[in-house]
Amino acid sequence: MTAGVAGLWVVDLREVALGLGDDCLVLSHRLAEWTTHAPELEEEMALANLALDLLGQARSLLTLAGEADGRDEDHLAYWRDDRDFHNLLLVEQPNGDFAVTMTRQLLFSTFQELLYRGMAAGTEPRLAAIAAKGVMEARYHVEHARLWVQRLGGGTEESHRRMCRALDLLWPYTRELFEPTESWSRAADQGAVPPLSSLEEPWRHSIESLLADSDLEIPGFPAWQSGGRLGRHSEHLGHLLAEMQHLHRSHPNASW
Amino acid sequence: MPPTNSDESRDLAFQEAIDADRTVEPRDWMPERYRSTMVRQIAQHAHSEIIGMQPEGNWITRAPSLRRKAILLAKVQDEAGHGLYLYAAAETLGVERRELTELLITGRQKYSSIFNYPTLTWADVGAIGWLVDGAAITNQLALTKTSYGPYARAMVRICREESFHQRQGFELLSELSRGTAAQHEMAQDAVNRWWWPALMMFGPPDTESPNTAQSMAWKIKRVSNDDLRQRFVDMTVPQAQALALDLPDPQLRWNDARDHYDFGPIDWEEFRQVVSGHGACNAQRIAVRRAADEDGAWVREAARAWEGRQSSRTSAA
Repeated sequence: MTAGVAGLWVVDLREVALGLGDDCLVLSHRLAEWTTHAPELEEEMALANLALDLLGQARSLLTLAGEADGRDEDHLAYWRDDRDFHNLLLVEQPNGDFAVTMTRQLLFSTFQELLYRGMAAGTEPRLAAIAAKGVMEARYHVEHARLWVQRLGGGTEESHRRMCRALDLLWPYTRELFEPTESWSRAADQGAVPPLSSLEEPWRHSIESLLADSDLEIPGFPAWQSGGRLGRHSEHLGHLLAEMQHLHRSHPNASW
Repeated sequence: MPPTNSDESRDLAFQEAIDADRTVEPRDWMPERYRSTMVRQIAQHAHSEIIGMQPEGNWITRAPSLRRKAILLAKVQDEAGHGLYLYAAAETLGVERRELTELLITGRQKYSSIFNYPTLTWADVGAIGWLVDGAAITNQLALTKTSYGPYARAMVRICREESFHQRQGFELLSELSRGTAAQHEMAQDAVNRWWWPALMMFGPPDTESPNTAQSMAWKIKRVSNDDLRQRFVDMTVPQAQALALDLPDPQLRWNDARDHYDFGPIDWEEFRQVVSGHGACNAQRIAVRRAADEDGAWVREAARAWEGRQSSRTSAA
C-alpha cells in the first residue's frame, strides 16, 4: 500500500472519496428526476439547486478518488457497474412522492452536514477543502428539508399520513449511515474523517426533535438494511445507472 | 363628466405617451385592449419558459458527461427562473399566476410551438441552445424596448442569461461536429430537424399577421416578424459555417443587392398544424404540466394549511 498525505493510505482515501462521491452523484440524479414534475415553480428551482450542489460535490470527490489510478470523474461515473458503486442505499431509493423525497433529504443531509463538519476539520487537506465548501451547501439542504417536513407533518391530514408512510419506508436504510467500512475506520484513526459512531447521537437528536415539533416520530422498528458501501445495492440502482450511463457507453472514446 | 376624462381623450393621451417613448408602468392608466394583449403575451412567454423545460429536461439524467449534466441542469433551472419573473411581470397587470397556470393546462393559452417538437438525441440539446435560444434572443432583444416597463426590464435580465445558453449550445454542437463520425452525424441530424421550426418561431409572415399593426402602434412589438426572421438568418448562417454543419435549405445564399441572405419558402402548413395542437408533443407537454400540478396539489395545500396555523399562532401570542 502507498501512504498518501497525512499518513492516510491511498487506497483508503480512494474508497472514502468514492463512497461519498457516489452518495452525491446518485442523490443528484434522483433530485434531477424531479425536473418539470415539482409541486410548484419555486420548488423546481430549489430541487435543481440541491441537485446541482450535489453534482458539484460528486465531481470533486470522484476526481480525488480517481487521482491515484488516473481515472477521471467521467470514467468513474460512467464505466462502473452497480457492484462497484459505494453509495448508501438510502440515496438510491426512488423519489416516491414529495414526502418521500423530502424525508430522504432530511435523513441524508443531516448526516452529510455533520460528516462534512468533522471532515472539514480533518487532517487530509483535499477532503477538508471539499467538506468546507460542501458544509455550507449541506446546511441549506437541511434547512430546506426541515421546513418541508414541518409543513407536511403539520399541514393536512393527507400530508401527515404521507409523511408517516415516508418515514416507515426510509427508516430501514438509516443504520448503514453509521456503519464504517475498514477504510473509513483507518481514515478516522488518522484523523482524516470523523468516526461515524460520533455522528449518530447528534443526528438522531436533530431528527427526533424536528419530528416531535411536526407531530411525527421515529418509527418503532429497528433499521436493518445495509450493504451499499460494499456494493450490495437495491434493485433500483441498476436502472438508475442504465439510464445515466447509456449514452456515454454507446460512444466509447468520444469526448463531449 | 368633463371631456378630458373621456375614453377617447385618454386613449389619445396614452398613444401620445407611447409615441414619446415613455414606458407604461403598472399604476398608469392603459386601454383595456393594451392590458389584455400584454397579459396574453407575457403569459404565453412565461408558459413557453416552463414548457420549454421539458424537451431539454428530457436529457438531464442521460447527459454524457458530468460537466454537460451540470450545464444542462443549470440551464433548465434558469428557465424555471425566467418563468417565475415573467409570471410576476404578468401579475403587475392584475392577474394571478394560478389563473394563468389554469389557462395553460386547460389549453386555453398557448406557448411557443417550437416545444412541441421532440428531443430525439443528445445533439438536440445543442440545437435547441444554438437555434431556438438564438431565435428567442433575436425576438427578446427587440422586446427589451417594448412599451410595458416590467416586461421590458424582465427581458433585459432574461436576454443576458439566454445569450449564455446560446453560446453553450453552440459549443456543445461544435464538440460533436468535430468529434467522431457518429457524433458529427448526430449534430447534423439535429440541425436538419430544428432549422425550419426555429424560423417559424418568429410567427407568420407580416402579410398574414393580424396583431402586428396594433402591437407596433403600441410599441409592444418593435420589429416585424419577417424583419426579425431575416436578422436571425443573417446572424446564424456564418455560425453554421463555423460549426461545419449544413443548414437544410438549398436556396440559402447571400444576396448582394439586398445585403441579406435569401432563404427558401417556409412550410406554413406545418406551422398551422403544430400551433393548432397536432405537433408530435402537444398533448404530452400539457399532460406533464397538468400531472405536476395535480400531483403537487396536496403539497401546496399542506403548505397553506401549515402557514395558516403559524400565522394564527402568531396572532394569538
